[in-house]
Amino acid sequence: MQKGMHMPSWYKTYHPYVSPMDPCPPITTKRYSTPPNLYLGFQPPGLEQFTPSAALKAGTLWKYFYDPYYSTREMKKGVRE
Amino acid sequence: MWFYEKKLQYPVKVSTCNPMLAKFLIEQYGGADGELAAALRYLNQRYSIPDKVVGLLTDIGTEEFAHLEMIATMVYKLTKDATPEQMKAAGLGDHYANHDNALFYHDASGVPWTAAYIQAKGDPIADLYEDIAAEEKARATYQWLIDLSDDPDLNDGLRYLREREVIHSQRFREAVEILKEERDSKKIF
Ligand SMILES: [Fe+2]
Repeated sequence: MQKGMHMPSWYKTYHPYVSPMDPCPPITTKRYSTPPNLYLGFQPPGLEQFTPSAALKAGTLWKYFYDPYYSTREMKKGVRE
Repeated sequence: MWFYEKKLQYPVKVSTCNPMLAKFLIEQYGGADGELAAALRYLNQRYSIPDKVVGLLTDIGTEEFAHLEMIATMVYKLTKDATPEQMKAAGLGDHYANHDNALFYHDASGVPWTAAYIQAKGDPIADLYEDIAAEEKARATYQWLIDLSDDPDLNDGLRYLREREVIHSQRFREAVEILKEERDSKKIF
């Protein structure tokens, strides 16, 4: 992340309509992914990097593009690095 | 020409014996938005695209084969010791009837892979936009696979693969920027 750069959120939510006639308990919040590749255009020079070993694990050298996905089940269990 | 390195791009670990996960994972093996489709799509498109982005298609197309190999390893680990009864219980009875425990290029519903999944339009922008869409669809598939799986080690590998799709999409988007750039105009960051 460069200084002064705005950091967007990689996930957004919306609330679908819930009908009084729905047969199943409603899911009131839906989440969707808006990954980093949507925001930057051509990658500018000088972005912050991971160390080589952290980059191999993350799947990217660039901190800006690191966007790990966790299921809601994992998030409830608190699975995060 | 290719060189083969006898190791995986990222270590594959599976900690729970749950062959049903193999049934889901095979979507990324022989499905429409899977790694085989990605590799073959990019490596074929590169012959009829401007020189500036040929290298990118070679790099990403090659990497997709490394991903294919990771998915194959996951599926293999989950099914190699499964009995016919376990295969049946995992929803893989129809797979077993045709293939025993062998891997095959079909999707999670058993639909065999077809070249109709991929395109080479010869129009650089059309092809790159397809590639961007393919990466976003593969990213989404990995999300749903992570949602379906409760194996922490498997999910670690799937998260890595999803991250690579994010990067591939970024690079294809940059390729579009390169091709649409006006001559003599300066790049402004
Ligand atoms: Fe990819």
